[in-house]
Amino acid sequence: MSRRLGSQTVVLGNRPGIISWASIVGQKEHEGPYGGKFDQVLPDELNGEQSFESAERAMLESAVTLCAQKSGRQPSDVQMLLSGDLLNQIISAGYAARNLAIPFYGLYGACSTMSESLSLGSMIADGGYADILICATCSHFCTAERQYRAPLELGNQRTPTAQWTVTGSGAVMVAGGAAAGSAKVELTHTTCGRVIDLGISDANNMGAAMAPAAADTIATHMHDTGRSFADYDLVVTGDLGHLGRDLLIELLGQKKVSVPEAKLFDCGCEIFEARQDTHAGGSGCGCAASMLCAHILPELASGHLRRVLFMATGALLSPTTTMQGESIPGVAHAVVLEHREG
Amino acid sequence: MEKKGNQRAIKQYAELVDRLSPKSDMGKGLLRSFWVGGVICMIGQGITDFFNYGLRWGMQSSATATSICLIFLSALLTGIGVYDKIGKYAGAGSIVPITGFANSVVAPAMEFRREGLVMGVGAKLFTLAGPVLVYGISTSIIVGLIVFVLEVI
Repeated sequence: MSRRLGSQTVVLGNRPGIISWASIVGQKEHEGPYGGKFDQVLPDELNGEQSFESAERAMLESAVTLCAQKSGRQPSDVQMLLSGDLLNQIISAGYAARNLAIPFYGLYGACSTMSESLSLGSMIADGGYADILICATCSHFCTAERQYRAPLELGNQRTPTAQWTVTGSGAVMVAGGAAAGSAKVELTHTTCGRVIDLGISDANNMGAAMAPAAADTIATHMHDTGRSFADYDLVVTGDLGHLGRDLLIELLGQKKVSVPEAKLFDCGCEIFEARQDTHAGGSGCGCAASMLCAHILPELASGHLRRVLFMATGALLSPTTTMQGESIPGVAHAVVLEHREG
Repeated sequence: MEKKGNQRAIKQYAELVDRLSPKSDMGKGLLRSFWVGGVICMIGQGITDFFNYGLRWGMQSSATATSICLIFLSALLTGIGVYDKIGKYAGAGSIVPITGFANSVVAPAMEFRREGLVMGVGAKLFTLAGPVLVYGISTSIIVGLIVFVLEVI
């Protein structure tokens, strides 16, 4: 049986399961509409560490440990860790993996890391190359600001299209073979996204930079599988924000994919409320990751949601390319999550 | 051919993004920057008058003392995390006066303290203010040369 479907989609014939998940967020995310659903909340931005960078990696480490513990295991029982983050040389993931001592693959997909790691993790579990692995990512407002934008105390204004980097982390345990037996959620398909660039060069407009990649991956997924939005309870995007979400609907319309707006759930639009003054919404690896672990996976496990297309989107820029005036390439990877009966 | 099609797609997408993007409220922005910038300048004038008329330091010394006071106030407000809130509200109103310049030096100094005093604070202190200094000083030299040449003629 071929495991490929259409041009970019993979069928996970052995249906690896998701048996555990954990989320940790900062105070601002805790004050948002989903605040009560996260497993842990950081007391402040430094979280008792010496720098924002070490606070971020400690948060990721805690999320992975908590995810293992929630499944009744220790980090040493995990066979692989697939993780990445936004910082240069993915230091949060690398340093967290140093302390966790789990065999580690470092990934860079910017804010698409949660679905990128889940795509790869589910294929590894499906192929039988690991039975217990964790896919995890994180982001921190203060580390992202100082790397990509301006010092925190600088008195400048953010543009209306700017997004607010989420301080948060999410870790998901994927299981194959017998270990997947107790899973309430399973992975059935992955669609690997292409890198798409429609010429947006404004680093304060990530939603517009990523929307074309999101539209491309959704349209390809629907074409490959012969499905439509009607086959999904929810199509979850990572951090397109309000403008990016509007653009995605327009672009999908141009591709003749009709979108019932109630079924399009953007984590960036949902994690904060308008009163929190985040302009176009949340962003960062931790946005999709924490919302997946706090809201989407529990809803799938309980059966309130039956089938979800989860797709985090990433903008593959760096401060260097921004200064050199290059446009921003986007990427989006999708995985299909289903509720498992019994 | 491929490239041409791509160019058209980029142009069409730019138009779509422009149509759907929320716009900055210029009226509100101008009003806020006008009154906050005005108040900062009034405070500066008040300090000048205090030194000039109150302490009779003379105009030149009073102007220097005013700059020192405003820079100190801005650095203090940056340090206790207030100036970025003023900046968020007022925009150019708090960036253009000398207080904005002080803020742009103190903010990176605080930010990069953890990278050490030499390669952190020392190297990053003027990341934002540096261009202002480079082009400000360059311009003053060019203007000075022009004035010098005109006076010789």
